[in-house]
Formats: sequence, structure tokens, C-alpha cells
Amino acid sequence: MTIGITGYGVYIPRLRLSRKAVVEANAWFAPNLKGKGRGHRSMANWDEDAITMAVAAARDAMPESVNRQAIAKVMLASENLPFAERLNAGILAGALRLADDVVASDLSGAQSIALSSLAQAVSAAKADAENSLLVAASHRRSRAASPQELDYADGAAALTVGTENVIAEVLASASLTTDFVDHFRLQGEDVDYHWEERWVRDEGIAKLGPKSVNAALEKAGIKAADVNHFIFPSVFKKADAQLAKRCGIDDSAVVDNFAAELGDCGTAHGLMMLASVLESAEPGQIIVVSQFGSGCNTVVLRVTDAIKTFKPAVGFAAQLATSQEETSYTRFLAYKGQLKLERGMRGEQDKKTALSTSYRHHKSLLGFVAGRCTESGDVHFPPSRISYTQGKPLQDTQEPYCLADKHGKILSWSAEYLSSYMAPPHQYGQVDFIGGGRLLMEFTDVGPGDIDSGIEVEMVFRVKDIDELRGYKRYFWKAKPVSYNTADSSAAAE
Amino acid sequence: MPQGIKDKVAILGMGCSRFGERWDASPEDLMVEAYNEAMTDAGITPEQLDAAWFSTHMEDVGTGRGGIPMGIALRLPNIGVTRVENFCAGGSEAVRAAVYAVASGACDIAIALGVEKLKDTGYGGLPVATVGTYIPQWYPAAVAPANFAQLAAAYRAKHGVDAATLKRAISHVSVKSHANGAKNPKAHLRKEITIEQCLNAPTIAQPLGLFDCCGVSDGAAAVIVTRPEIAREMGKKDLVTFKALQLAVSNGWEMSGSEWDGSYVHTARIASRKAYAEAGIKNPREEISMTEVHDCFSITELVTMEDLGLSDEGGAVRDVLDGKFDADGAIPCQIDGGLKCFGHPVGASGIRMLYEMYLQLQGRAGDRQLANPRTGLIHNLGGQPNQNVCSISIVGREGE
Repeated sequence: MTIGITGYGVYIPRLRLSRKAVVEANAWFAPNLKGKGRGHRSMANWDEDAITMAVAAARDAMPESVNRQAIAKVMLASENLPFAERLNAGILAGALRLADDVVASDLSGAQSIALSSLAQAVSAAKADAENSLLVAASHRRSRAASPQELDYADGAAALTVGTENVIAEVLASASLTTDFVDHFRLQGEDVDYHWEERWVRDEGIAKLGPKSVNAALEKAGIKAADVNHFIFPSVFKKADAQLAKRCGIDDSAVVDNFAAELGDCGTAHGLMMLASVLESAEPGQIIVVSQFGSGCNTVVLRVTDAIKTFKPAVGFAAQLATSQEETSYTRFLAYKGQLKLERGMRGEQDKKTALSTSYRHHKSLLGFVAGRCTESGDVHFPPSRISYTQGKPLQDTQEPYCLADKHGKILSWSAEYLSSYMAPPHQYGQVDFIGGGRLLMEFTDVGPGDIDSGIEVEMVFRVKDIDELRGYKRYFWKAKPVSYNTADSSAAAE
Repeated sequence: MPQGIKDKVAILGMGCSRFGERWDASPEDLMVEAYNEAMTDAGITPEQLDAAWFSTHMEDVGTGRGGIPMGIALRLPNIGVTRVENFCAGGSEAVRAAVYAVASGACDIAIALGVEKLKDTGYGGLPVATVGTYIPQWYPAAVAPANFAQLAAAYRAKHGVDAATLKRAISHVSVKSHANGAKNPKAHLRKEITIEQCLNAPTIAQPLGLFDCCGVSDGAAAVIVTRPEIAREMGKKDLVTFKALQLAVSNGWEMSGSEWDGSYVHTARIASRKAYAEAGIKNPREEISMTEVHDCFSITELVTMEDLGLSDEGGAVRDVLDGKFDADGAIPCQIDGGLKCFGHPVGASGIRMLYEMYLQLQGRAGDRQLANPRTGLIHNLGGQPNQNVCSISIVGREGE
């Protein structure tokens, strides 16, 4: 039985913060960071968090051909899950419409956790031939004018693991757990506290890394010299190459960590880099992924002949290339909750969520499930007992019909500056779904000029509202353009 | 086919407060202002009132709930007071209830009063409304300007109108309303404006600028109705009677199917067609002398001209630019300044529209009096283009 990765996907937010803009804004306080003012880091929109990015990465890893009902186990790993109490992976499962009997768990505590979840998925496959989905998402906060603010990035990566159509076999994994505290954060705190880089390099990575990597290689029966791709995410320059050298892995095998134009996606970064490798890997190649954190975890993979049969929905390279430069540092701070904006009286509206209502409609709200009339074929959101079809108010004829993966066309829209909104102008309009259904929807990841009647949109799972009074978030689906008209931004001046 | 309301009920008296930012007035004060004028106009005492209908929309920032606020503010003699609420068409709904009560014979004289106190919120524009516990979990927190602005996007797409031409046409709508409002001493906004001011105003909701949006005002309006024979017994002459009262309410078709193209208001077409039939009007372009329509936004007024059949489909842009609906045009619209300039105290607006028709038909409209109007149409819309209530009322001289 071959056990391993059966699919992969990533999510990289469209916004890329200019590091130059950050260091220039902070130059009065932190002139020492000027040298880091090159390139970009990915930046989540105001309505994204670890959950929404995890949903997006999982959807990338599970194109339409994948049977989501066959997923028995879902694991969500992140250093910054939105809810301390309320299963974050449960929201993920709901948005993906996984089977009700799926085993869902949240994992956190160290950046190496994504690789230990991979080992767990392998065990599940070994024991019960179970298919697992593991998703790692990173949405970290950092202090203003810190190196982390420039190094860190927001993003997510997902793998499906199973025994059929394996594209990369897991040959072995090795875990090394020790309370080596290079950084920490107590419950309830916002940002990590870091110890000196030189100590982490010399006493941590240099000593613990080789132990983990060598143990994994030995278990796999693979010689270091035969490794084709070596993945070791670290914000420390050359830490990956130095570790490879210590382990006897060729320098040419060291995989780009995309520090220049993406940054470091923490818990998700190992899987993110793995996805970048799998997109162009050849059958037979050996991949070693190792990630540091309260020890070090390593997994050894061998690419199979099936690698060419899988394509993520969009993939790493395409998402890395699709970007919108953000030069407003204050927007970044505001979206990370580090800058309190004057939102006006309209921002005082109570966003209390009736949880009983949410649960009554949870399939519609999380899974974006509409009702399709079996007689007229008309699609209704929200689903209703009586269909709206003119002259034919049929009762109890609707069956569940998911809109999440459908595209739509914009019928009408506006962009307004009146309401309290984190990315003004607030744009919304009526979307006609291809195949039926119509909904007034919010548009996200858009600026002035990105929206017009007739434009094709796709659906994304995002934060709908944040209840700051009670500390709750509610999620729903929004529409974003399938493609952007980059040539003509003057269309905004309608 | 029901008998309809034509000529069964007459207006006995009307009153309307000054609209505007009435920092000086509580909702109770506004009610008293409209009530006093209406009672004086009718020439009756409170004991002659058999029942009352009370329209207010945002009770949480205004009067509070139920019929009690009107009963107490006006010290009514313990008659029935029923609050009606139907978005921005609540005023017309209160009138409809009072008219039906009188027409049935259950009441001889009834009063409908609408009031809204919107300027105690601390900010401009309409307060954010609550919409239950489910809708906020999936429906955008949309504001009225952006809901109605979408008519423009869909209208342009449907009729192939370029953005500049449509903007110029809707600007003409607002310039006209400001010119009319300037002549109305009770209007909220009384300054004339230019096309250039409209075109260059700050954007509120694309493509609507500041001058494309109506005022948010405090105000109240009241009407007292009875049967024509009672009015005549009381010595009233030149009676203004109701010819039609129709209301059409969305059933979800616009929001859910893909047949509606978003460029017009479906219910307005249904309600106006029924109203013309009820009033016996065969050719509205010839028989309607004037209109008060729900110009919450300039684009709403423009598409309404087509919904009412006063312009050809796709022809409203041309008609508006040609001045067909100006004060000196073929069918003057918003001769009192409309929502745009008279103002929009939500619960009172439908009755305010009726007030102007009544004054015009009685020849009492002062500087803005039209020459010999015979029939007036009131279009009072609540909600938003994709889900709404639309009231169409037609009034005219008795027996015509």
C-alpha cells in the first residue's frame, strides 16, 4: 500500500505589502531596518484570517474531481487560530461541506505542527486507509517596527493524504520534541517574544536540525546525496543551506523560501514550499521537508508517476504571480488590528450574532448551500419552503444546491463611501450565478474600477462581520472578480 | 374585478409641518404642527374623529412603537390609533387604511398622520436599520444610496447609455427639484443648484453624488378624510377625491430569479397599471397632470418615469433632458421639491406627496401653482429596487 500525498494547494492573499513602504514609515524609529526594505510580503485582507485562508487553500487542493465526502479526518494547524473556544477546523469542515462524521481537530503550538499532522495523517491511512485533509494557515501579528513585521507573511497551504492516486509517497518521518524556546507567546497575547538569533542558529537549528533530518533519511533508507529538494523554512538567511550542508544534502537541492516576494508563512510555510516543489516535480524525485519549532520535524517523500495527474485549482506559482501591491502601511496596521481607526457612528452598529439562527442555517451560511427547485430548476438563496418562481409557488420542492464553486456575472453594482467599511469604497451588487440563482453580494479584494456589470466573479469564504463587543466573528461567502482589468483603472470615474 | 375606490372618499383637510433639520422640534411637536393645520383646514374638532392611522418608520430614533405616541401627542379622545409601517411607503399606507375605513362606512371621518424624527441620530443619512437575526448573517450591510445606485449600472447595461449621459440626465432631475423646492416655504432645501454642482459633487455611491440623494429630514404630515357627501354637508367645495389606491409588494422574484434585469422597479409597474385601471385612466401621458414620485435618489425618479408609463422604455433619459418633467414641462414632477428638496421624513413622505397634490388641485400652491391641474399621481416606494413595496395613489377633482 502506497501512502502519501494525493493533492496539494495553497492560498496566497492578493495583497503584497511593500517593505519599502514599511521601513520608510518607521525610519524615524527604526533606521536599522532600512536594509530590509526590499521586496514584498503577502498581507491578508481585512476579511481574511487563518480560517478563511485555510478554506481557500483546501479548495485549491481539492479541485472538482476530488470527492470531499471521502475525507475522514481534517486537521487545521496554525499559530493564530481565530477562536480559542469553538472548533476552528469545524468551521473549515462546514465551509468545505465535508461529511458530518469527519474527525476535525485544531493544532497549534509550534511551527513544526504541520509536519506532525502529516505524520498523523499517514498513521490514519496506514491503520484504516483513511483520507485526511491537513491545512496549515498563518495570520500572525507582529509589533510595529519589528523585523518580524517585514519577514512574516500571511498564507495557507493544504495537503490531502491517502492511499489512492498518491503523487508523493511518504517514505518516513521523524519527530524531535524538545523545549527549545526560540520564541513564545502566552495565551491571550498578541505577538511572539524572540530570543537572540545567533543562539537559535548555533544551538538550535545547527544541532537539532541534523538530528531530525538524518533520522528521517535513515528511516527512509535514503542517502543525503540523493535528495533532490530540501525544504527548511526559516527567516534566518542561509539557515536552510547551512542545515543542508550539515546533513550532506547538496546546495542545489535547497528550495527557495520565497522570502523576497512572499515572506514567511509560519506554520504554513513548509507546506507552502512543498506545494511550490510539487508543481514541477518529476517522478522519482526525493523531497525532504523539515520544520523547526520546539524541536524539529522532518518528512521524506518520493514523487510518484501520478504526479502529472494532479493539478491544484490555481496553484502556487499562479497565486504568487497574481498580486496587488499595497503601499499603505497604515492599512496593514489597521487590518492586523494594530491601528484603531475612527469608524464613525455608523461603525457603532451592533453585530451581535444569534447563534441559534446561525445553527439553524449553518449549511447555507458555511457551505453556501442554496435550494434548487426540482420542478422549475430555479435556484433560491436562502433555501425556502416555497419557491419564488412567478406564478408557480411550489412547496417543498427544493433540494440542496451548492453555490460555492459556481461562477456568477454581475448584474448591477455600486461602490459607496457611506457605510463604515474597512476597505472603502464598500462595493456590492447583484450576482447572477451561471446555472441559476441570484444574490446581492459583497465584492472583496476589489478597488475602484475593478467592478462593472457583466464581469465574471467567483466565490470566496470570508469574514462577514466582527462583533467587537462580544469577541465573535461570523463568516459568509463573497464574490471576487475571476480576473482583473489591470490596464484601465480610470474606469473608477464612472 | 373589485369596485375600486374611485370618488368614494374625499379629503376634508390636510396639514404639513415645515420639513428640515428641526433641531427645535420633538416628534410630538412635529405631529402637533401637521395636526393643527389639518384640523383647521378640515374645520372639525377632535371629537369628530372616528379613528386614526399613524405612520412612522424608525421608532427607535423617533417616537417609540405602536399607536400610543400619536394618541398621547395629540391628546386624541381615546379613539383607535393604529401604527402602520411599510418602509418609506408607510405614509401612503396610513392614508389607504383611513380611506378604506371611511369608504366602508365603519368611520365617517378618519385621520392619517405620518411623522419621522431622523435628526436625533448624531449623523447624516438614514440610521442603520435592524433586519432580524438571519439576514445580517448573509446579506450585505447595504445602504440605500448603493441599493438604488445599482439601478444606474443595470439601466446603462440594458439600454447602452454611456455613463456621462446618464449622469447628466440624473443631474437634470436634481436641478429641477432644487428649482421647485426653492419656491416652497416648507421645504428642507431651498437653494437652486447648477448642473456643474451636481456633476462635481462628492461621490456617495457610484454614480450618485451628494446632489443625487434626497435630504434626510424631520417632519410630519396629516390628512383627514371623509365621504364626499359628508364633506359637502360640511360646506366643502372643489372636493379632491381618491381615484385609485394600489400597493404592490415584492415576493422575492427580483432577488432570486434572473428574469428581472435590475434596471426598473417591478412593483411600480404592477401597481401603476392597476391604479390606472382603478381610476379609469386609459392614457396616463394625457390624463395625468402632475406627479409626486419617490425620488429618494435621482436615478429612482428617472426609471420611475418609465415604470409609470410616462416615458417609453429607454426613453426617460431623453425625456428628462428635454424637460418633460420640469415645472413648465408636459407632466411636472416634484413640483414641491420632492423628497430631494422638500425632504424625506420617512413615515410622513407619502402624506406630504398627497399634500402637494391636494394644494395644487385646490389651486392653493402659491408661487408654484400649476395651471389647472386635474389629476395627480403619487408614487411612494419603500425598500430597495430588488425588494420593495410600491404604493400608487391617484387623486383628482371629484367627478372628473
